Amino acid sequence: MGLLSKKDTALIKDPLFDNNPITIQVLGICSALAITAELKASIVMSISVMFVLGLGNVVISLMRNIIPSKIRIIVQLIVVATLVIIVDLVLKAFAYELSKTLSVFVGLIITNCIIMGRFEAFALGNGPWRSFLDGIGNAIGYGLILIAVGFFRELLGSGTLLGIKVLGDPIEKTGLYAFGYENNGFMLLSPMALIVVGIIIWVQRTKNKALIEEN
Amino acid sequence: MSKRTDSNVYTLIFAIVMVIVVGSMLAFFASSLKPNIDENKRIEKQQNILYAMGVNENDESSANFVSTAVAGQEFSKYIKKQLVIEGDNITEDEKAYLIDVKKEQAKAKKGGTRRLPLFVGEKDGNTFYVAPIYGKGLWDAIWGYVSMDENMVVQGAYFDHKGETPGLGANIKQRYFMDDFYGEHLLTEAGVFKGITVAKGNNDPKNEDKTDYEVDAIAGATITGDGVSAMIKNDLALYVPYFKTLKK
Repeated sequence: MGLLSKKDTALIKDPLFDNNPITIQVLGICSALAITAELKASIVMSISVMFVLGLGNVVISLMRNIIPSKIRIIVQLIVVATLVIIVDLVLKAFAYELSKTLSVFVGLIITNCIIMGRFEAFALGNGPWRSFLDGIGNAIGYGLILIAVGFFRELLGSGTLLGIKVLGDPIEKTGLYAFGYENNGFMLLSPMALIVVGIIIWVQRTKNKALIEEN
Repeated sequence: MSKRTDSNVYTLIFAIVMVIVVGSMLAFFASSLKPNIDENKRIEKQQNILYAMGVNENDESSANFVSTAVAGQEFSKYIKKQLVIEGDNITEDEKAYLIDVKKEQAKAKKGGTRRLPLFVGEKDGNTFYVAPIYGKGLWDAIWGYVSMDENMVVQGAYFDHKGETPGLGANIKQRYFMDDFYGEHLLTEAGVFKGITVAKGNNDPKNEDKTDYEVDAIAGATITGDGVSAMIKNDLALYVPYFKTLKK
């Protein structure tokens, strides 16, 4: 690849699996628990975070030499909040329907620790282009887990995917309901998201023993 | 390691400049986009009211409003009268749909008389009375519009929310929840207002019993559901005197 050097590619690829923000860095857990009850919300959240993290990382990276270290956390918070609020206002004015869907996520994005985490850990010490790649990579890694959790929770909890009936009775009397299957309402509650994330972490570490920490 | 950016003066100046820049940027965006946003909100109210009385473009399972382009036209076509009920005074007001229910609730709390908007619509020869309701869910405000016939039997409902949990409380604006309200009675046979409770385990998940004053709740959305019950009870009860006058 001409556009990306080997190091740059690693910035995108690492957070997908071996340095995944949720399963390895343990960032962004709160939103992974809160909004994965259905697949659509997971996807919307992933795209929004990708946008904010990519842009925010660039802004912070450009400002990295002038930000006073004593108040850097506050500066980071203001940058995220400003970005998110401007996007929200523009959507409200020109794409009202879309903004209704996103409104719930606005607060969740601002307080998402993955964003502050990447600002602090990466953008403050690296150039804009590398920071942009890091932001996109981490957002995709975050999105993958969100979508995986959302997939299982919606499928087992409501028997649907993206609102379309999958298990159960897509056509009258042919689905699993006819055999006595029932949706597990417990999957819709947050604790099950934690357990699903736990299973993903378990599988990941069984496959790649290098990830297991030593106590 | 002493950097220029570590000094107190620099930090202070940086903070002040940043606040001014960010503040004016946000103020600029907010005020220049406000007309567009207000217009969108106005159209949305019309769409909500029309939705509640059954003027919508629903397909099999999803809820769809009439398009924004025709909302104004459809609104004046179907809504015959917009009433404002203030104590015993009933007046007509073309702008009644813009009344802010939240502000009216606050006014009533301070001891003032609350203005109650009511929209009288006609569709296929039937008359619908649409009333706005407003309350709180788990995280933030929830609101809606309920359309009723002259006996206060629900003919349609639309709910919306500001920030309920996606996949749980946010589902109050899904068809499978809103459609359950259709046909539910708000008054007992004796004419006493009872409201509709969003209930768990009410032995009627298919919602066939329309006089049990209950609809089936959404799993994992207890507090939002309680909010819906509360706003129906509190706000619709105020309309009972008006509906009594219709019977004479």
